[in-house]
Amino acid sequence: MKKTLRILAYPYVVWMVIFIVVPLFLILFYSFTKGDIHDIGSLEFSVESYKKVAEPLYLKVIGDSFLLAFISTAICLVLGYPVALIIANTDQKYRSLLMMLFLVPIWMNFLLRTYAWMSLLSPNGLINRFLTAIGLPRLEIMPGNAAVLLGMVYNFLPFMVLPIYTVLSKIDKQVLEASSDLGGNKVVTFTRVILPLSIPGVVSGITMVFLPAVSTFVISGLLGGGKTPLIGDMIEQQFLFARNWHFGSSLSIILMVMILISMAVMSRIDKNNQEEGGKAR
Amino acid sequence: MKKAVKRIYMGIIFLFLYAPIIVLIVFSFNKSKSRGQWGGFTLDWYVDLFKDRQIREALYFTLLVAVLSTLISTIVGTIAALGINNMGKFSRSVILNINNLPVLNPDIVTGVALMTLFISVKIELGFVTMLIAHIVFSIPYVILAVLPKLRQMNKHIAEAAMDLGATPSYALRKVIIPEIAPGIISGALMAFTLSIDDFVISFFTAGTSATNLSILIYSMAKRGVKPTINALSTLMFTVVLILMLIINKKSEKGEEILL
Amino acid sequence: MGRNIIELKNLTKRFGDVTVVNNINLTIKENEFVTLLGPSGCGKTTTLRMIGGFEEPDEGQIFFEGKLLNPIPAYKRNINTVFQRYALFTHMNVFENIAFGLRIKKIPKDEIEKRVKRMLKLVDLEGFEKRNVDSLSGGQQQRVAIARALVNEPKVLLLDEPLGALDLKLRKEMQIELLDMQRSIGITFIYVTHDQEEALTMSDTVVVMNNGVIQQVGTPQDIYNEPINRFVADFIGESNIIEAVMLEDYKVAFDDVVLDCVDKGFAKNEPVDIVIRPEDIRIVTNPDEGMIKGTVKSVIFKGVHYEMMIESDTGREYMVHRTIAFPVGSYVGMNVQPFDIQVMKRGDPL
Ligand SMILES: Nc1ncnc2c1ncn2[C@@H]1O[C@H](COP(=O)(O)OP(=O)(O)OP(=O)(O)O)[C@@H](O)[C@H]1O
Ligand SMILES: [Mg+2]
Repeated sequence: MKKTLRILAYPYVVWMVIFIVVPLFLILFYSFTKGDIHDIGSLEFSVESYKKVAEPLYLKVIGDSFLLAFISTAICLVLGYPVALIIANTDQKYRSLLMMLFLVPIWMNFLLRTYAWMSLLSPNGLINRFLTAIGLPRLEIMPGNAAVLLGMVYNFLPFMVLPIYTVLSKIDKQVLEASSDLGGNKVVTFTRVILPLSIPGVVSGITMVFLPAVSTFVISGLLGGGKTPLIGDMIEQQFLFARNWHFGSSLSIILMVMILISMAVMSRIDKNNQEEGGKAR
Repeated sequence: MKKAVKRIYMGIIFLFLYAPIIVLIVFSFNKSKSRGQWGGFTLDWYVDLFKDRQIREALYFTLLVAVLSTLISTIVGTIAALGINNMGKFSRSVILNINNLPVLNPDIVTGVALMTLFISVKIELGFVTMLIAHIVFSIPYVILAVLPKLRQMNKHIAEAAMDLGATPSYALRKVIIPEIAPGIISGALMAFTLSIDDFVISFFTAGTSATNLSILIYSMAKRGVKPTINALSTLMFTVVLILMLIINKKSEKGEEILL
Repeated sequence: MGRNIIELKNLTKRFGDVTVVNNINLTIKENEFVTLLGPSGCGKTTTLRMIGGFEEPDEGQIFFEGKLLNPIPAYKRNINTVFQRYALFTHMNVFENIAFGLRIKKIPKDEIEKRVKRMLKLVDLEGFEKRNVDSLSGGQQQRVAIARALVNEPKVLLLDEPLGALDLKLRKEMQIELLDMQRSIGITFIYVTHDQEEALTMSDTVVVMNNGVIQQVGTPQDIYNEPINRFVADFIGESNIIEAVMLEDYKVAFDDVVLDCVDKGFAKNEPVDIVIRPEDIRIVTNPDEGMIKGTVKSVIFKGVHYEMMIESDTGREYMVHRTIAFPVGSYVGMNVQPFDIQVMKRGDPL
């Protein structure tokens, strides 16, 4: 029985190899070669495209991408944690309704929502009309990094709140009662009990925000006006316009590797936290 | 006092979340074509919606890809999960790690990698490639939703069915599949949402012959979005909102399925 | 009880290179209540699963009413199982769970209705038809599992520790109910447990297993009173097991005592093990009237009786169960009747 059922997975294994493994190896392959991509025979080994990545111009792009992603993740965390905490502490009755209201915007096409921000933020946009009407100085952030950050925070905030909320709402109320029973005031209960217990949620929230933020090319394209190109924009350009697959592949590989490293670091933090928690108990 | 602070904070956050959506909805009723200019109330854009071929076609591709990819990935994913669940520890973890790649990889990398594959083997980009790409990134979510249900299920349930006279295939259809149905449903919902919402992977794998809504909106966004799109989004958004409210009302389990 | 219904011949099962069931031979009669008893991991479940058809034997045959059962898949065997953790179908209500097997057999609707109702009455769950099985208590789930199997009117019912998850009181109640059911419907039960008391109170026949090997087959009285070796004696109830020497027929010796017994046929001075049950040792206040003299070391009240540990002059500890206690430190005598001494061939030392 077990053995017969096992066979059911084989077609998918073949599928995975063709559509997940092979494409990634192709990217890896193109990143280490040069020549005409349409004539595979002519390709030869080369690290040229990686050398290109190391040029200051592109290093800056990578640096900018990580910096913007980092800042937007930090803002999401600062804004999102209280939201998760507040929702987790509301009445059971309203809790899932609140959470649903929080998630509903995701259901509108994110390009459209981003586009709506364009109408709000543009130099002649609604916000500026409003500010001018009441005699306040204009808000000149679009196109620019500030607008990009706003777009990122707007789009990814739910991904920060959701995992933190999930963890917080699962904390046993008795644990909190135990803490106050043992003399912990609200601040102590929060810093010594709630916060450590919620770290797994924070970690997955950070991952879920940072990942799409660092690789986005839509938000920067629409709200940034191309002022600060990000790594996603570069990859798009290399594959669709410059037709330099080798360079585009190297950028993709670099992006993947850096994300893998960040995730390894995050899971380390998660693990350490759990171990410390274990010791404290 | 503290309660007031909380309320104000949540109010600001919700304003931030809903502002662009409200703007979109309001402008779907705006007579003036230029955004930022209120030219009076109209339903013209909703009427136009049904005449506009471009939008109709994009909606058609979006829905067709979503329905097909959801159907296929739910079936394949469930079958694969059944197989994976019966594998040894080692092969299971290898397969699951590969399965996780599309989930963990940035969409753009998945997109360009698939595009590279298609072009390298000289398959023309279009509807089929987009569909394949959607299946590729949907199956992993189905598997991730179904596998835990299989693990939770009593190991002997299939044997119990056969003990009572069920053939293996009857046991699969009438007992195992219904037992893991919640996982299958949430996997399918996930696949459907991801497909409808996807832009990046479609963008790289659809070529020029199959334009879905996301791609259409992206191409319009730089030049200016037709108000008809606002009307369409308002409609879709309303449908989703109503569905969610119903599910939320109907059962506490609704939360579990949707989140 | 009449014809043989199940026969196991040289049954062997290996997982990898571990032999879990080792060359088992067993004959089970119609309407018999047979219990497989043994410590955890001794191969009880595996034996049961081979009979049910969920595990293929590596060697040996299983016969059902004289016909070879090995090649027949589980779903075609006229045998039903109550699983160790019930394995109820959680997406169906109580009624549908019980009706499952009947629906497969394409039995008419009203007939199904009638039989399920009858079953619900038998397991005392009338009115529970529509209930979700998740909402039932452990004992109720257990009874649904039994009803689900019994409704198919199998000739043999396999039960794998069906009461293992229940608390003591409920377990006792269910033991009685199960016995009643078995007697009233008249089918063969093959019952697995590692609770020796349960095995002794319920069964017609007890099969004691260890490490995949059958140690002894017999009635509860046989097993309790005449354990065949140290393992059985030790596993079935508390006992004093003593290494001794058979001086001659009817005379056994250990330490500085020689006792009369009822066993014979051993070689002269053959080393043996003897078993004396704690309740078979009598205490006399005058030490000189006892065959063995000793000092009471401890007394614990066990509900019905007192459990005393008495150390003899030679330093051996005896466990004694009596309804009256003797104070700690008192010097007493102990007596054993010849027929309360069970002499066994010396096995491997445990
Ligand atoms: N599928 C399997 N693969 C490998 N080993 C197994 C398998 N099933 C059982 N075993 C091993 O076989 C031995 C006997 O198992 P079995 O389940 O028959 O024991 P048991 O007597 O029912 O024990 P318990 O009272 O704990 O249920 C155990 O050591 C167990 O680990
Ligand atoms: Mg067992």
